[in-house]
Amino acid sequence: MPKFEFPTSILSRPVYGVLEARAGHQHLMIADAEGAEAILDIATPDLMAKTHIIYIPKGTDFADELRALNPAQFYQGPSYAASVSRIQRVLQDAAMGLQLYLAGTEGLMGQVQSEAMKAGIPHTAIQTEHRGSTARRMQCVHCKGITEDVATDPFQCSHCNLNLFVRDHYSRRIAAYQAVCIDAEDPGYVPAQKGLYE
Amino acid sequence: MTLQFNDETFRDDYSFHNSERAIKRFPFPFDKDSYMYAVNMEQHRGGPSDSIYEKRFDVDEHYVSEMRDRAMVLADDPLRCQSLPHMTLAGWDLLELIMVSKSEDYPDLFELHRDGDKWHWVNKPLGIDDHFTFMDGTTLPYGPMEYITRQTQGDFCVLDQRDDNLWMDAGTITTQADWSLDFDIGMNFFEWHAPVPLAHEKGIFVRALKFLLNIQQGAPARRLNWTMTVNPLLDTSPENYHKWGIQKTSLTPENIGAKQHLRVELQTFFRLPRSNALVFPIRCYLCAFQDLMTVPKWGRRLHRVIRDLPEELATYKGFIDNRPMMLDYLSKFDDGLPTSNGIWPEIDSEPPLKSD
Repeated sequence: MPKFEFPTSILSRPVYGVLEARAGHQHLMIADAEGAEAILDIATPDLMAKTHIIYIPKGTDFADELRALNPAQFYQGPSYAASVSRIQRVLQDAAMGLQLYLAGTEGLMGQVQSEAMKAGIPHTAIQTEHRGSTARRMQCVHCKGITEDVATDPFQCSHCNLNLFVRDHYSRRIAAYQAVCIDAEDPGYVPAQKGLYE
Repeated sequence: MTLQFNDETFRDDYSFHNSERAIKRFPFPFDKDSYMYAVNMEQHRGGPSDSIYEKRFDVDEHYVSEMRDRAMVLADDPLRCQSLPHMTLAGWDLLELIMVSKSEDYPDLFELHRDGDKWHWVNKPLGIDDHFTFMDGTTLPYGPMEYITRQTQGDFCVLDQRDDNLWMDAGTITTQADWSLDFDIGMNFFEWHAPVPLAHEKGIFVRALKFLLNIQQGAPARRLNWTMTVNPLLDTSPENYHKWGIQKTSLTPENIGAKQHLRVELQTFFRLPRSNALVFPIRCYLCAFQDLMTVPKWGRRLHRVIRDLPEELATYKGFIDNRPMMLDYLSKFDDGLPTSNGIWPEIDSEPPLKSD
């Protein structure tokens, strides 16, 4: 899949880079779906000997390729929710100088970044690379419920059912973009859904 | 003078009203006939007698009713008041600043008696008489920031200072111009201002941050900001926008003078002594168009400012759809005469509206 170039936006919107192998004794790589390809791009036997990979396939079939890299530790999780307690546990043990690499969807990278910040890792020290779906993790500003993998604008809140529009305003703490009622001033008038970035 | 507190509401039947005194001291935010963002900071060292600038924390006729409205907002949504764990010390700093300021500036309304860390606080308008131990959170019914901001008009952002930036790490926000503390908490100065149009490009936030990082203890600063609100609704939160947004469509040429309010924020900035945090109170003043129009200078000026405001700003401030109706109304109060510089009403020296 070709890499998607996000359009320039406001200052709270995260920007992602390209992973690069950094010096260090301990490497933690967490990815979902096509994020596997970003790991495959930088993997060397030397690096993998010091790397713990946590991977959530999300219906893709990169897991075997990652496992074949022969990392020091490998975990494949069925979902982020199922993996998060393991991620928290691993971050708890992170030694000073741990290199953290995140790749894949914005939702995955954002949520792990938020966990890493809670564990005391500054967000500026974390490498990220976006791959795959451009769907977003959205928080309804009204009911506070999170709707995962939102690919259209507007969309319906999966908790309170309000029709919401997608903002670029982003909270690292919540690991989500903000979604706001689109028909508050004209109830029932909801514009046709468009794909994000269309 | 003895303050009379209004018994009024900022929701439902909207019985909020300004006395003649409150209109005359309203912080009209336009010092000339046009508006664009600027780093319009000045020292917060008092001001003309009975003006909203005179005291460190202005207490006015709306005090008791505003505090009642805040309690209702917090009961509905406790997330409007949050403090990240490292901000507790700043909360005590803020409690001290407000208690000391109010008891010195309004000795007939507030009393603070201190014997070491044994403090006795009396808030007569709200009927509060509490003894507590300073820096001991178990002796107050709320955390220190929440305790004192439930007794002080205006929203409060408590900003941590680190990495040459300011971080929105605590606050009590119930009278906001459509931004969410719960979403923005933990953001830095540029991030929480990210949605504001035009100002980033003009370098406003870079310069404002430089100024704010250097605010010293005992040398607070202030500026005015403004927006528009239909009905005197304090809680124009994004959280409740799906409930109040519809009110923006209720304006008619007949009711606009009473319903449309200019919403002005007196923003002040105080350095806090122990935590080195910066507290950023945002005090909201509301005034109906028809009350503003009793001041001829403000009538002339408001028409010109709203007419010439860039479209992006009218959109961001949420009144682009209502602007034509506002202009129809306001133009009747603009006879084309020149206006004097500055924000003050100048009732005695400005000519009355020319009728033709």
